[in-house]
Amino acid sequence: MMTTKYDSIIIGGGPAGLAAAIKAKELGLNVLLLENRDVLGGIPLQCLHPGFGLHYFKEDLTGTEFIYRFIDKFQKMGIEYFTNAHLTEIENISDTEKRIKVITSKGLQTFTAKTIIYATGARERHLYEIGVTGKRLPGIFTAGEAQTMMDVYGIMPGKEIVIVGSGDVGLIMARRFALEGATVKAVIELMPFPGGLTRNVVQCLDDFGIPLYLSHAVTRVEGDSTVEKVIISEVNERLEIKEGTEKEIKCDTVVVAAGLVPYIKILEKIGVVKDQATRGPIVNEYLETLIPGVFTAGNALVINDLVDHVVEQGELAAFGASEFVKNEGIPTRKWKRVFRGRNVRLLVPHYVSGENDVIIYARVSRPMNKVKVRFPEINKEVRLPVVKPAEMISIKLKKEEIQRAVDRITMEVLSNE
Amino acid sequence: MSNNEKRLMTCIVCPLGCELEVEIDENGNVVAVTGNTCPKGKDYAIQEVTAPKRVVMSVVYVKGSIFPTVSVKTNKPVLKSKIFDVMKEISNITLEAPVEIGQIIIKNVAGTDADIVTTRPAPKK
Ligand SMILES: Cc1cc2nc3c(=O)[nH]c(=O)nc-3n(C[C@H](O)[C@H](O)[C@H](O)COP(=O)(O)OP(=O)(O)OC[C@H]3O[C@@H](n4cnc5c(N)ncnc54)[C@H](O)[C@@H]3O)c2cc1C
Ligand code: SF4
Repeated sequence: MMTTKYDSIIIGGGPAGLAAAIKAKELGLNVLLLENRDVLGGIPLQCLHPGFGLHYFKEDLTGTEFIYRFIDKFQKMGIEYFTNAHLTEIENISDTEKRIKVITSKGLQTFTAKTIIYATGARERHLYEIGVTGKRLPGIFTAGEAQTMMDVYGIMPGKEIVIVGSGDVGLIMARRFALEGATVKAVIELMPFPGGLTRNVVQCLDDFGIPLYLSHAVTRVEGDSTVEKVIISEVNERLEIKEGTEKEIKCDTVVVAAGLVPYIKILEKIGVVKDQATRGPIVNEYLETLIPGVFTAGNALVINDLVDHVVEQGELAAFGASEFVKNEGIPTRKWKRVFRGRNVRLLVPHYVSGENDVIIYARVSRPMNKVKVRFPEINKEVRLPVVKPAEMISIKLKKEEIQRAVDRITMEVLSNE
Repeated sequence: MSNNEKRLMTCIVCPLGCELEVEIDENGNVVAVTGNTCPKGKDYAIQEVTAPKRVVMSVVYVKGSIFPTVSVKTNKPVLKSKIFDVMKEISNITLEAPVEIGQIIIKNVAGTDADIVTTRPAPKK
């Protein structure tokens, strides 16, 4: 039996994967998309709130509305795909041949392709990863689990809720619980400032009178057979527990919104190198990893707060795959490394060539007002009114600008006052 | 000398989250807004001072679909004080598949000028 060799197989049917598949098909590639769950859509499918697509569609859509625009287009284009298809292994046979193993409802299947676009999103951090002790009681959920239960299946996880983490995910979940009539007893945040956008603190917590405990750590979750209470303590500037500040909060449900981590174990097995800052792969301006022909986009590359950036990355990876297929490899011979300078916690991509305009996505370590973002080697400076760790910065470097650099470009964020 | 109150608030219309300073006179009228990057910020400040409004979202059960629910929202912001009346009316409804995206399922919910529209489809099983 002849098996098709695809130009590109896209792993993951969230916004990154769908955008990549649509773009790749438009660029003339023969593509297949594989999605682990029984439905396409990824995270936005369970996001009922608005705040999606302001840049891409110039409209404020809910996550569900946003993602259905892509699902509809994807299906109308007749792109081949499987749901209930879980990628377990990639074999790097040669630079232009990848074989993948996928568990499907029909059993283990293998497919081959010239390129892979890895768009599997991220995994949620668990309580034990943030130093909380206690039994693994029923009543502890990650934010994603709680959101799927409530907003896809219509089942309330509990009545009295404590949320761990004040990033946008934690804040948005607090509002959903409050709207559905649960009591959100507290949102607990380790840092002295909220992790999410101010607008979410206002409309998710303040609107419903939900208390936010800043500079507090959850140390234990207690209960006999289900969750009964959480124990919290204040922390000092070095984030160490202050003795004698222990307090308990009664609740029946703990929702952990302690952040996301790109999940790239499958890529690491074939030698993809990880950036310790993003915890995703090291990539060039085509979002190609250090393994030729393996591209990545979305939360598998870097944790994104805006779906618009995710879609941009998906489209870019598809462009990369198409260049790869045309030229039997990315033709660039000389790369310039992009380095993190002052107050830049992470950035992607790591290598640029000067052959294309490139968008640099970055996050700062500390919030700052009135800043200049500088790229000293190429004499570029961009002013921004505010930068916050919770909000990704995206800055376009023109190819002529990149050409000015010899072999490196540094990005730094400095005060402009 | 003016007795005008100065109130600080964050514009929540878009994710930029501009920090606004709103000047309010003795009668509760907004006389000046600064800090907004676009005109929507000014409208927001006036609205927020006089009658704050929010978009409300929830899910509604669906019978006979591959999904147990469809997601819904108000198609425009409703008065904050009406949020729980809106939620109550939504919770009284059950739909039959198929449900399309963008379908109006309640007109003038809780006596407001907003409708409840679906934001996710629920195809038949
Ligand atoms: C609670 C919450 C609120 C948010 N709010 C906003 C907002 O208001 N505005 C905004 O712009 N953005 C928002 N975001 C961010 C946005 O949703 C994400 O950045 C975006 O969904 C990331 O897209 P992705 O395609 O990379 O990953 P995902 O959406 O996670 O999709 C990845 C897909 O890959 C599949 N997959 C995983 N592993 C495998 C495998 N081994 N084999 C096959 N398939 C696999 C998964 O099932 C999933 O469908 C929010 C995120 C969260 C969690
Ligand atoms: S003022 Fe305009 S730009 Fe600023 S947050 Fe409001 S809507 Fe966004």
